[in-house]
Amino acid sequence: MISYVVRRLLYAIPILVGVNVITFTLFFVVNSPDDMARVHLGVKRVTPEAVQKWKEERGYDKPLLYNGAAAGAKRYTDTIFYEKSVRLFAFQFGRSDQGRDIGYDISTRMWASLAIALPVFLLGLVAYITLALLMAFFRATYVDFWGVVACVAMMSISGLFYIIGGQYLVGKLLNLVPVSGYDGGTNAFKFLVLPVIVGVVAGIGASTRWYRTIFLEEMGKDYVRTARAKGLSELRVLFRHVLQNAMIPILTGVVVVIPLLFMGSLVAEAFFGIPGLGSYTIDAINSQDFAVVRAMVFLGSVLYIIGLIFTDISYTWVDPRVRFE
Amino acid sequence: MPFMPDLLWTDALVFVLLAAVAALVWHVRRHEHLAAPWRKVARSSSGMAAATVLAVFVVIGIVDSLHYRPAVGVKDGKTVYAVEVLSVLDAIAAPLRARREKTYSAPLATHLYSKETMELPDGRQAREFPRLKHGGSHLKNPETDLLPDIARRVLWGFAAGAMLWIVLAMLLCAALARSGNINVDQAWRAVWRGETDVPWRAVLIMLVVMVAAGGPVLALAAKYHVLGTDKVGQDVFYQSLKSIRTGLVIGTVTTLVMLPFALLLGVMAGYFKGWVDDVIQYLYTTLSSIPGVLLIAAAVLMMQVFIETHPHLFETVTARADLRLVFLCVILGITSWTGLARLLRGEALKLREMEYIQAAHAFGVSHWRVLSRHILPNVMHIVLIAVVMDFSGLVLAEAVLSYVGVGVDPTTISFGTMINSARLEMARDPMVWWSLVSAFCFMLVMVLSANLFADAVRDAFDPRVRVARPFRLAAIKA
Repeated sequence: MISYVVRRLLYAIPILVGVNVITFTLFFVVNSPDDMARVHLGVKRVTPEAVQKWKEERGYDKPLLYNGAAAGAKRYTDTIFYEKSVRLFAFQFGRSDQGRDIGYDISTRMWASLAIALPVFLLGLVAYITLALLMAFFRATYVDFWGVVACVAMMSISGLFYIIGGQYLVGKLLNLVPVSGYDGGTNAFKFLVLPVIVGVVAGIGASTRWYRTIFLEEMGKDYVRTARAKGLSELRVLFRHVLQNAMIPILTGVVVVIPLLFMGSLVAEAFFGIPGLGSYTIDAINSQDFAVVRAMVFLGSVLYIIGLIFTDISYTWVDPRVRFE
Repeated sequence: MPFMPDLLWTDALVFVLLAAVAALVWHVRRHEHLAAPWRKVARSSSGMAAATVLAVFVVIGIVDSLHYRPAVGVKDGKTVYAVEVLSVLDAIAAPLRARREKTYSAPLATHLYSKETMELPDGRQAREFPRLKHGGSHLKNPETDLLPDIARRVLWGFAAGAMLWIVLAMLLCAALARSGNINVDQAWRAVWRGETDVPWRAVLIMLVVMVAAGGPVLALAAKYHVLGTDKVGQDVFYQSLKSIRTGLVIGTVTTLVMLPFALLLGVMAGYFKGWVDDVIQYLYTTLSSIPGVLLIAAAVLMMQVFIETHPHLFETVTARADLRLVFLCVILGITSWTGLARLLRGEALKLREMEYIQAAHAFGVSHWRVLSRHILPNVMHIVLIAVVMDFSGLVLAEAVLSYVGVGVDPTTISFGTMINSARLEMARDPMVWWSLVSAFCFMLVMVLSANLFADAVRDAFDPRVRVARPFRLAAIKA
């Protein structure tokens, strides 16, 4: 087991190197730092001195890969690639283009992201699986048919409209909770209710339908017929047998997103004014802060790869047939 | 010449796509085993009803893809063309495009949505809602004339729609009668009772709904702003029509871009195994481990920098916005080919062990020929299902990406830009709701019919294939 985890961790290294090379190419090779400086300083009236100063302040004035002017190991370390990309492996994100410490920003903002992403994830999981089991229980009846119709209709609505509609209905029309904003501690609750509800409702369509397909697929298998032939009640078949066996496909889709919960949701956080990592990224995109976007891309991939490893480990818990030798 | 045709990049891609679809139709019609699943699609009532709606959207999209630049005058014996690129849809909807108001106005309103200081006939000044320049300007006395005029136009619209529907229904029955060797009356009865092989009844009912909605709207659009106007006074109905093309382009051109990658790499990985498989797997694992939105955001940011620092490359504003749309499709394609490639690899792995492939090897058939003659045709159903399933996700993703600021150019009219500009007015009291509601309705109709059609296609081609909802698209939607 431990050797398996270690092997998976080692396997993650080349992927992270690949991600790093992709981001480096995107941010420094496709456009030179000069171009970035010009975009920041305004394309038209800009002097070469101003560009040079901008680059020096942010450490973009070094050579990309190889510094011929330096001596010894510095030839490779005193470059943009080392300073800006290799250091990401040690989670040294450096400073944003505005001069703030990215690592500090991330560590303070991720809790707000988690505060809405985690409840959405947990409540959503319970709600979707319950609904899907209900539809599977009433399969081939009108309940199931109209359930599927409702799911297809709901998944055809853009997530933006769930947020707008929720804000209008709950926040403005009924005046129950604030439309947007955030506060620390227990005060956060009233700000979190609406985003969490909206987040759960927005996912009903696609997720419930997805779980329903999984359950129906399981219900067509032989062991279910055997269980029924033994005289088990339909409910017992559903919960004892179908639900447990459906855990494998469910886990594949679910566990992988758990680490990504730290990243929050871009759109929801921006709409509800929650100071998490999602709105951090959006702010960075709008102010064209390349350093922050680069850091978030790397962080996102690290979390995703951790999620993949978690997924593999979680199989051993639910499926005794899976052995890692 | 009074105009000069202007082929934008997306137009070219759209026409390539149309040619490909036409070639596919021609090919499928000649092969019975390929046509059989399509006949199954044609037998699904929800699928056919959805296809009817989609067909109308596609026609609007194609009409909007025929671009030209009108002549503005003659200088030194040469015709000078406008910098503004128009489409045939713009020409058809010229009144809608040209009739700009000052700012917001509600649907079917005759007065502006905000008060202005006006001089009264007796010389005093007062804050009033001014009359619109175009919307309902033919009415002498809006307070009393508005409702009767609207009612009359709606009735006219209904009547015209009903006429159109009757003509279409008669044409259909005549065609059915001809092909089935029955008389028109029998054909009509068969359609009405739902006894035809293809569910024409569902199609006709869908058409009833569409002409009942479309007829009055078009009749009203001649003199009013049916869906109101936005902040700069542009007609929202016109914007909604223009958004259709953007949505369709994103949904289809992206697929066109990613398909060659996914097909070639996915099939090769599964077929050759060994180091080829390792390299390709590494490639798509790496790409797919970057969360979709972030990769798109990073790529679009870099594209923005490129466009801003190379302004001389773009002749017109439309050309720039168009190239940005192409870039966006390419970027979306690069981030979304991994899911399909993974599916195809799995399928190719299975297929390469089949007897007929082994037999081909034994006969000394080359790898290239085995791939193109034996493997490729047998994975096409997966490709088709993935393509139709992805479409709706991409249309939805466009809106979110435009909201985040990494979508289409702000000058391109799309559902995303419509929502984005309307969002700023949510706090206004009373709320400016019509832009949001229009974008919502048009998007819902388009995505819902795409989803229903995709379901029909999937059921017909392979009910067992569970196309994994690509994780990255799901993440963008939320």
